[in-house]
Amino acid sequence: MSVILVFLLVIAGFAGWWLSHQRLTAKPWLEQGLAGDFVGFDRSALPTAKIGLGVFLAVVGCLFSLFTSAYFMRMGLPDWQPLPLPRLLWLNTGMLVLSSVALQCAVVAARKGQIDNVRLGLATAGFTTLAFLVGQLMAWRQLTGDGYLLASNPANSFFYLITGMHGLHILGGLVGLGRTSVGAWNGARPERLRLSVELCAMYWHFLLFVWLCIFALLAGWAATFIDICQRLLT
Amino acid sequence: MVDVTPADAVPPAEVGEVELYHPHSWWTKYVFSQDAKVIAVQYSATATAIGLVALVLSWLMRLQLGFPGTFDFITPEAYYQFITMHGMIMVIYLLTALFLGGFGNYLIPLMVGARDMVFPYVNMLSYWIYLLAVLVLVSSFFAPGGPTGAGWTLYPPQAIMSGTPGGQDWGIILMLSSLILFIVGFTMGGLNYVVTVLQGRTRGMTLMRLPLTVWGIFTATVMALLAFPALFVACVMMLLDRVLGTSFFMPAIVEMGEQLQHNGGSPILFQHLFWFFGHPEVYIVALPAFGIVSDLISTHARKNIFGYRMMVWAIIAIGALSFVVWAHHMYVSGMNPYFGFFFATTTLIIAVPTAIKVYNWVLTLWRGDIHLTIPMLFALAFIVTFVNGGLTGLFLGNVVVDVPLSDTMFVVAHFHMVMGVAPILVIFGAIYHWYPKVTGRMLDETLGRFHFWVTFVGAYLIFFPMHYLGLMGVPRRYAELTDMTIMTESARHLNSFISIMAFIVGFAQMVFLFNLIWSIRHGREAGGNPWRATTLEWQTPQTPPEHGNFGKELPIVYRWAYDYSVPGAKEDFIPQNVPGDFAPSREPA
Repeated sequence: MSVILVFLLVIAGFAGWWLSHQRLTAKPWLEQGLAGDFVGFDRSALPTAKIGLGVFLAVVGCLFSLFTSAYFMRMGLPDWQPLPLPRLLWLNTGMLVLSSVALQCAVVAARKGQIDNVRLGLATAGFTTLAFLVGQLMAWRQLTGDGYLLASNPANSFFYLITGMHGLHILGGLVGLGRTSVGAWNGARPERLRLSVELCAMYWHFLLFVWLCIFALLAGWAATFIDICQRLLT
Repeated sequence: MVDVTPADAVPPAEVGEVELYHPHSWWTKYVFSQDAKVIAVQYSATATAIGLVALVLSWLMRLQLGFPGTFDFITPEAYYQFITMHGMIMVIYLLTALFLGGFGNYLIPLMVGARDMVFPYVNMLSYWIYLLAVLVLVSSFFAPGGPTGAGWTLYPPQAIMSGTPGGQDWGIILMLSSLILFIVGFTMGGLNYVVTVLQGRTRGMTLMRLPLTVWGIFTATVMALLAFPALFVACVMMLLDRVLGTSFFMPAIVEMGEQLQHNGGSPILFQHLFWFFGHPEVYIVALPAFGIVSDLISTHARKNIFGYRMMVWAIIAIGALSFVVWAHHMYVSGMNPYFGFFFATTTLIIAVPTAIKVYNWVLTLWRGDIHLTIPMLFALAFIVTFVNGGLTGLFLGNVVVDVPLSDTMFVVAHFHMVMGVAPILVIFGAIYHWYPKVTGRMLDETLGRFHFWVTFVGAYLIFFPMHYLGLMGVPRRYAELTDMTIMTESARHLNSFISIMAFIVGFAQMVFLFNLIWSIRHGREAGGNPWRATTLEWQTPQTPPEHGNFGKELPIVYRWAYDYSVPGAKEDFIPQNVPGDFAPSREPA
């Protein structure tokens, strides 16, 4: 359970930092009858949707940390046999990186008001993401073809479970991307479009980060890394 | 400390008004509504309905325990199904949904001075997914083999084996699917509650001016958002074990002389995941109750809450600590003694912020102008009950005491006191308190007092003897106890007595339901602010508040939520949106 505890520690650190800026030591009973204008303490200047997405990503991060925790705990049991990762995953990773880059370009273009480049970025991101999902499915087929079935070993079960969960999140993101694209082609208000594109980019960067962590985990590098850390500590 | 300068006129909020969705038809106004208040009522009604099912299930269990062998239709399998569904429904589908989905939706926007939740559409979706989860749960009663009988903790391997009711039928599959749906729906609602508190606050409503109700619900929601994923992970993995034959939790096992295909899984892994959710869940239910009870006590004792800052800090501290105590539910599963020591220590440390809260409630009452209204009665009953349940928690937090007591009725009595009766008392108090705002009418006083006394005294008559039974060694989870040497004549009589009290207390809840429905039309007109309270929900231009809550302009907040009996003020309360400088009330002494 150490992975999830570390994750929660990060969240707690962030929450603590935020709370420390909220005058938690104020004595509200002494401030009565005074004007309510504590500048900067009302709410954040960030768009509400971004904060909402941020909170949601914390929940998603929590979910994948828990899968990782379970992975490490199950891995220690004797029947664990790691499976060889298909090379195709490298190509898929490249696709996901491309889509993230494309969305970042779309953000830059949206800030400058270049609608054509926004459309180009969104379309590229959409296609590369679809390519990623198809690639993942092909990797699954390849593995099942080689006899690495879901139930035959816990390492296989975790591989399908975690990549599947990640794929589902990507699929959900595609819905948002689709709505943003409809807006981009049908002439949504520029500031609204900019926000949507930024939200998409945020989500994609986060899921790319999650994917890189998962990839490291499934390839066994994460375990090696933790092993080295433990040796350094003891 | 920020320098604060007095000024009477404050410009209205410079933040753009929220675009409200305006309903056009009866369907979008009352059924597929995006108004948080309607959603709150929908959540509450659904939770109450499914809660009634759980109440009936507890009656059936008590029939069996109090009068064993009398009722043929209660087979041991059926008894396990009753126990499982009773526990699961009460903890998740009633308490969590009612506190966060019901009270959270109704009170957060009104109390922070917002027109609605920040994402109304997602909020609506949250309710409909919750309803779907409830329907899936209910459908398991009608599925072949009936609902699961694995106990509300659903421990593998027994949960998905043929010896457990529903284990190899539909029961467990529907249970797990329902939980997954519930978590998805809750996450949608939870995002709303958190972000509305962060971003929906009106001008002047700093965090330290929030009523403690909002603090409690806010912190509980943050915890729930971080804790429910653990249950989600556990459910998904168990579903795969059950449906696709993986071995996340299932060890190599022989069933009826037949080797199952599972191999090498770890049931302990499930317990870790389950309790990583399960323990915060206790506080997800308790923290909103803490918050609400603080407001009830302050309002009905006409006195500011003692130690507001400490109350806020204690809520945050409890929320953080509750994530590092989960393994105290697993002492009997076996663990490294150092872990046991660590988790016993963290468990006992939680008693500190909790005790601070109890002291502060008592000190708020001290020399207050106590009105023994029904909400106040329930709040007082809560304090007593929570202290009682908390004290037995100190027993069970210690490994050496927990190990012999863990499988006895003592544990049942403990958690029913602390997480069953105590929060339910707050829910009742809160309903009597806010019902006038929701409907515009008061609940009937006589019926209310009857309801209170029967529920309060009855709950003690049910659960106090249960502690005693537990200390005698009467085990929990057993459908049939008559032949055991522990079950002496007196113990059997006590069991029958508990059962009879359970029926009486259950009957009092029917009176309460009648009161709820009858008073919608026939209750006394309440007016906008019957309790003369300070918080913003009582200052709305209409009662019940319309869609948009505050009419044309949002209120501006000038003070904290607890200006009761301020010396020099005309009345004994000053609403949060009233400007002007009064002589500062004495610091809480």
